[in-house]
This record gives sequence, C-alpha cells and structure tokens, in this order.
Amino acid sequence: MMRILFTLVAVLGVWAAPVAAQQDDGPLRIEITEGVIEPLPVAVPDFLSEDATGADFGRRIADVIAADLTGTGLFREIPPDAFISRLTSFSSPVEFSDWRAINAQALVSGAVTADASGKLVVRFRIYDVFAGQELGQGLQLTGTQQGWRRIAHKVADQVYSRITGEAPYFDSRVVYVAETGPKDNRAKRLAIMDYDGANVRYLTDSSAIVLAPRFSPSGDRVLYTSYESGFPRINVMDVGRVERSVLPTDEGTMSFAPRFGPDGRTVVYSLARGGNTDLYRMDISSGASTRLTSAPSIETAPSFSPDGTRIVFESDRSGSPQLYIMPAGGGDAERISFGQGRYGTPVWSPRGDLVAFTKQSKGRFHIGVMRTDGSEERLLTASFLDEGPTWSPNGRVIMFTRETQGAQGRASLYSVDITGRNLRQIPTDTGASDPSWSPLQD
Amino acid sequence: MTYLSKTFLLIAGLSLAACSGAGRFDDGAAGGGLGAGGTAAGMPAPETPQYFQQAVGDRVFFAVDQSSLSSEAKATLDGQAEWLGANGEYDVVIEGHADEQGTREYNLALGARRANAVREYLVSQGVPADRMRVVSYGKERPIEICSAESCYAKNRRAVTVISAVPTS
Repeated sequence: MMRILFTLVAVLGVWAAPVAAQQDDGPLRIEITEGVIEPLPVAVPDFLSEDATGADFGRRIADVIAADLTGTGLFREIPPDAFISRLTSFSSPVEFSDWRAINAQALVSGAVTADASGKLVVRFRIYDVFAGQELGQGLQLTGTQQGWRRIAHKVADQVYSRITGEAPYFDSRVVYVAETGPKDNRAKRLAIMDYDGANVRYLTDSSAIVLAPRFSPSGDRVLYTSYESGFPRINVMDVGRVERSVLPTDEGTMSFAPRFGPDGRTVVYSLARGGNTDLYRMDISSGASTRLTSAPSIETAPSFSPDGTRIVFESDRSGSPQLYIMPAGGGDAERISFGQGRYGTPVWSPRGDLVAFTKQSKGRFHIGVMRTDGSEERLLTASFLDEGPTWSPNGRVIMFTRETQGAQGRASLYSVDITGRNLRQIPTDTGASDPSWSPLQD
Repeated sequence: MTYLSKTFLLIAGLSLAACSGAGRFDDGAAGGGLGAGGTAAGMPAPETPQYFQQAVGDRVFFAVDQSSLSSEAKATLDGQAEWLGANGEYDVVIEGHADEQGTREYNLALGARRANAVREYLVSQGVPADRMRVVSYGKERPIEICSAESCYAKNRRAVTVISAVPTS
C-alpha cells in the first residue's frame, strides 16, 4: 500500500480569525452526548478549481465530505439546487445572508489544484453561517490525485471535529471478510476498504476459510485466523506489502480469536488443546507464548484495555457465556455481565470507558455496550443475528456483522452510533462479515 | 451423492493442504474411490471409506451448547471404533461443528469440544490417539441451511472423516 503523506498547513490570510475566540463564543456546536434529534444543516458547494480536472475533483470531494457528514446522522446536507449564492472565488468574502436564507448553519468552501504530476492540493474553510464568521482556521491538504478520497475524508474530519468537539474518524479503513457463495459452501476472503465501503482490495484468495481479521494499533498489520493448513491458525499480514506469516503453534492445537495489545507486539488469543479452549498471549517478535487461563471452561474472544493492563474476554465457566475482566498477565477474573442471556465478543472501547459486546437473548442477537464494571448496559441493535462489534477510532460508532435468516441468509456490515441511533448498512459488493476498524490514518 | 462428492473433495483438499505424500488421498484416488468402492448391490465394500460413511455412520449429533455423547452417538462411535480397528491403515480427522446460533469464536471453541469428545470416546474404545486429529469449523460449514431447529440439529455434529488410503 502506497503511503500518502499529507501536509497540514494553515492558509494565511486576513480572514483567519483566532480559533480560541471561535470556540468560546461560536454557537455552532453539536453536543452529541446530550442527544441530537435535529441534524445540523450544512452546505458543501463543489470545491472550486481553475481547470476542468480540478473541478472534477472538486465535485467529487464535496460529495464525499457531504456523505461523511450526513452519514453520522448529525448533519443534514442542503441540496445544491437550493443555493442562492454561488461561491466564485475561494478568497472572496462569503455572503452570509444568502446562506442564512436557506438555513445553512455550516458552510464548507474549498478550492482544488490538480497538477500534471498527479499532486492534489486542497484548501478549505469552514464557516459558522449564523455567526457570520469562520470556524477555526482554513487549512491546506496536499496528497495524490489517486488519494483524493482520503483528502475529502480529512476535510470532513475537520468539519466533524470542529463542530462536535469529538475526535474524528472518517479517514480510516475497515478490514473484513468478503463472503460469496451459498450458505453451505461459502467462500471467504480477507478484504480491506475505506470506512465508507470505497476502495475495496482483496488481501487473500478464497482457497481457505479466513475469519475475524483484527487491525494492529497503528493499522499496518492485521491478525486473522486461516484454515490454510486444514486447521485454524493465526496469521499476521502486513497490509501494505500483503505479506503474511503464520504464528508459531503446537501440532494438534487450534488457535483463533487473536487481537493485538496496544504495544503492537503482544497478541492475545484462544488456543484449543484436547477440546479445551484457553487464553494465551504471545510476543509476536520472539514467538514466546504464555498461558493466561487454565480452566476446563471455554475462554475466548479476548480484548485488551487501551492501556494494556487488563483483558476482557468471554467464558462459560459459570455455565453460560459471560464477560470477564482479568489482569493482562492472567490471574483472578471478575465477571462483569449479569443480565439475562449470553454475552460474547467483548471489545474494549478506544476511550477505555466502555465494552461493546454481542448478546444473545430470547432468540435474538444484540450489539450492546456497558461500562467496564458491567453497569449501564445498553442494547443498541436487535436482529436475527448481530455479532462482532468493532469501534470507530473515536469510540463514537460501532460497526458489526448482521446476518439475515434462512437458507438465503447473507452477512452484511452495519454501523450504529453508541447512542443507538443512526443504524446504517455499509455498502459492499459481496456479503461481508467480521469488520475491524482501523485507527485514524496519518 | 452430492454429499459424498463434497466429502471427498474436502478430503482431497485436506490432504493437499497437509502436503502429505503416499498413503493419503489425492484427487485421483478420491475420484477413483467413488467409482470403485461400490458393489453390485449398491453398498460399498466393507473395507472402504464409503462403507464407513454410509453403513457405519460417520457422524454424531449434539444437543444445543452440549458436547456430551448420547447413547445413540456412542453406538455410532462403537461402530466407528470397530471399523477403524479392522482397517488400521486409515487415519481420521474428526470435525466438530456448531449451529449458527452463537458467536463465531464461541462456536469454534464448542466445535473443538465436540470433536474432542468423539476423539476421547474412540480412544476409550481402543482407537490409537495418533491416528486421529481434530479440527473445529464452528458455524462455518453448515450442511443444512435453514434457520430452524430441524437444520440446527443436523449442524451440531462431529464428523469422522477418513483421511488416508491403504499404503500397500
């Protein structure tokens, strides 16, 4: 994978008002935690350019920005045919009254330069229309024309974070399992795409079952389970080079459900030996492994806390699958799930405060969240089969697998806000399962 | 017959993946076996893997979330042990499977329990442990695809797959 370097440069000019002042008295603010009912109207005119190539990028970039923002459920796009004013120059003053008249509360303007070398330079400004001023400083992003979508996502990230005060997440990717074929002969391939479903690339062929890919903390590698040997084994793939290796394991065992620790070197996983599944950790560079649990029950689906000190996992030691937390080196585990039903696939949030999980209750599956002490459990979804949550880099959104019922059952990816609102399907050409959301790209 | 073909394809796949040499199925042997194994009466010869599958019974079923063997399952496994005792040139791979109710990870672990329950029972009936390998497919390889107990009951299974042919 080509690494794209971006430069963030403040665009100089008299219009560049101090950021702090904007934040202090700027009324343009979405407080997500208080619960947004009415999406904020935003206008994203095509980014301007002096030539046809640039104008084409300008249109597409504006479209992606608008899609990112409206996809959060927090923004509503004002359709361009409602615009009264046309922006004609990036540096001209904005006629705020024209934008107020169509009730645009935020306005994103931009300009694109696409040169013959393949470079793409995008400048943008975000306006608080009702305050009649800029929201933060204008910025300039430089990238490749090939990477135009990433630039658009970066602009949208700025809009999102300046208006919500939350960390952004649009410039991110998702690795998942692409599924084709009938339910009793399903082919599975590892695939990677942008968070919004664009730019799909396949990382493996369908010759062996692959399951549950998991990103490394920096997004450069992916752990997954492959049946290439005929038995489930953990592989690690460099997603840039698409080169993989198999983690060392003992003959006669099966290993699965791997996840990286926050150091990017430690892997925690399940190993089945003699019918019993326990948790282990491995230093990926030395291959040395340590056993973390020793019980006749099933211990699986481990996930590190962001600080690396604890592991949340699933165990049926009480008789049914429940969630437990133990020190990262093993030791006494504390049960945290106590509701009705079966709990599985816990994933610690990147902020550290919540655990997302799959819950099976009364014949339905749910994605839910709870605090790390098990309190404040909230179920966000319900369907025939929802499972395998993964967190957006900012901990605001959860993506998961939803599989439909019956002989024609098909798996798809969905996302939902941790408030339980804004359930959306991620568009994929094939069936899709087991998403893992990358960190924000740099 | 569809089912049989699939099983043999799987066997061929496993043996190829394991890079085994003589003594295991290759595509040719698997194809030949299907044609050559039958008798005039339609029942395969007793020493063939086809006989093991059709007459002895290559699979046992489990209750929801359980890996304990029913008396019916044990009767099937007694037959498997007997056949394996008489046909010592074959190895087996015991596949553990789960229905689609349950998470992927838990079902992998559950399938491992089921496959191992079969393995331990066969060991208790005199089948040498080194002739058996276990693998769990969790909910990845259903044979029945409806979302109802009638299908789930057939998917909660452990299948003993013959993985070698006579070396003579």
